[in-house]
Amino acid sequence: MNSTPLTWRETMAWGLLGVVLFLGLWSGLTTSGLVPRQFLPPPQEVASRFIQLLTSPFAGATLPQHLGSSFMRYAYGVLLAAAIGVPLGLLMGWFRLLDDIVTPIFDGLRFIAPIAWVPFAALWFGTGIGGPVMIIFAGAFPPCLINAYRGARFVEPRLIEAARMLGTGHARMILEILLPAAVPSIVAGLRVSAGLGWQSLVGAELIVAAAGVGFMMVQAQGSVQTATVMTGMVAIGIVGMIIDVLLRQGEAWLRRRRGLEA
Amino acid sequence: MIGRRGWIGLGTVAALIALWFLLTTVTGIVSGARFPSPAEFWLSLRQIWGRGYAGGQLMSHALHSLKLVAMGFAVAIATGIPLGLWMGWNRKAEAAINPVFLVIRPIPPLAWIPLAILWLGLGDSAKIMVIWFSAFVPSVINTFAGVRNIDRPMIEAARMLGTPRWRMVREVIAPAASPLIFTGLRLSLQASWTTLVAAELVGALVGVGFVLNMAQQDLYPGMILVGMVTVGLLGWATTALLGMVERRALSWNMAARD
Repeated sequence: MNSTPLTWRETMAWGLLGVVLFLGLWSGLTTSGLVPRQFLPPPQEVASRFIQLLTSPFAGATLPQHLGSSFMRYAYGVLLAAAIGVPLGLLMGWFRLLDDIVTPIFDGLRFIAPIAWVPFAALWFGTGIGGPVMIIFAGAFPPCLINAYRGARFVEPRLIEAARMLGTGHARMILEILLPAAVPSIVAGLRVSAGLGWQSLVGAELIVAAAGVGFMMVQAQGSVQTATVMTGMVAIGIVGMIIDVLLRQGEAWLRRRRGLEA
Repeated sequence: MIGRRGWIGLGTVAALIALWFLLTTVTGIVSGARFPSPAEFWLSLRQIWGRGYAGGQLMSHALHSLKLVAMGFAVAIATGIPLGLWMGWNRKAEAAINPVFLVIRPIPPLAWIPLAILWLGLGDSAKIMVIWFSAFVPSVINTFAGVRNIDRPMIEAARMLGTPRWRMVREVIAPAASPLIFTGLRLSLQASWTTLVAAELVGALVGVGFVLNMAQQDLYPGMILVGMVTVGLLGWATTALLGMVERRALSWNMAARD
């Protein structure tokens, strides 16, 4: 193995080479006419289309408006998943009977891809807001539940025994012992949930929606506007990355704070 | 022997089935237009099993989907594991490829579906392409992490014995990284199914996702449920198969742990 780590300068040089090669190949293939524009537009065309869509509407709205309506559904779905998944996970971590009842149901549903809920979601909640929210929920719920549960199950037994000896009741035990101890695990779960929810949102909007980035991409695909499809991909990637970075920062902040407290 | 957990689990499942029956058939609180009754589910299952639905019988739809997942997954493994090994082994390769990865990775695999349809149409190749994309990333990342986590002394010992490069990769690096490689494969498999179902829902002419799509358009709750159960069973069966392969491949490691 080339075991000596590269210096910062070498890393940057090789990284730059990789990106330049990638972009060069892409633009070389497309501008030379080897690959038809309709098939794969050159990078500069995607960039200019991106800027154009910021102000001029496509499929009924501009790109920021599409992103806005996507994000609203996304926020509803993820918040709902956290609001149900985290408390349920904690309760399952404390009450053994609840754990034994919910786990088989959960295990049975686990193998159904969240996106397979699309037909029922459309049937039950329509294609406006409710349907997509339910699919995002289906994607984001499992990590919320699992991580809260694990966090609560692996609390140091001594803490629980000490609290029990002092006669702590169920409610206080969950809120004041399990919850604080499970926070790191819960936060890690929320980050995974946020990523999966964003992914489910894209899927939901491709199939059932009348607005949003996914809808914009399907419309563009229908009229063979490859640059618009790729603009949607870029926008989805950027928002996904921002969400991830923000949550990572939040996680680091929390860890620092707890570190100071301890 | 069935333990306490098992009995409660069985009881839960029985109670759910009873509740299903009660809500849909006995009391009719949940109407058949929203969720099928057990009888409707059974009729839909018999229809697609025998006469067929959405252009084929259940087995042919399921086998078609299974074939696409197997192909996309195989291509992803065949490209992802070597790339991950290479990036783990060669720091320059890592430095060059990582930034490209950082740009492409935030785009969820499902977002490639419209582009894949534009490029390759509604047939099988578009689906294999998106499955490949979705399964590729977890295999690369976990393989890479697996190589980087190998104990340095092991590599140095092998190197001191003058192990040639190819043997080093095959007999030291790949086995030592294999627990994490399998973690990546499990994630890849899950991603493959999600992507396939989504791709078939967006546009297809055959497959489980297509059954779901048709059932949705026909407002046919019984068939929707049949489609979902099939998706779940396929996911479960392939995961179990991968688990068996993993136990075999890692038996040396498991024994060492015990």
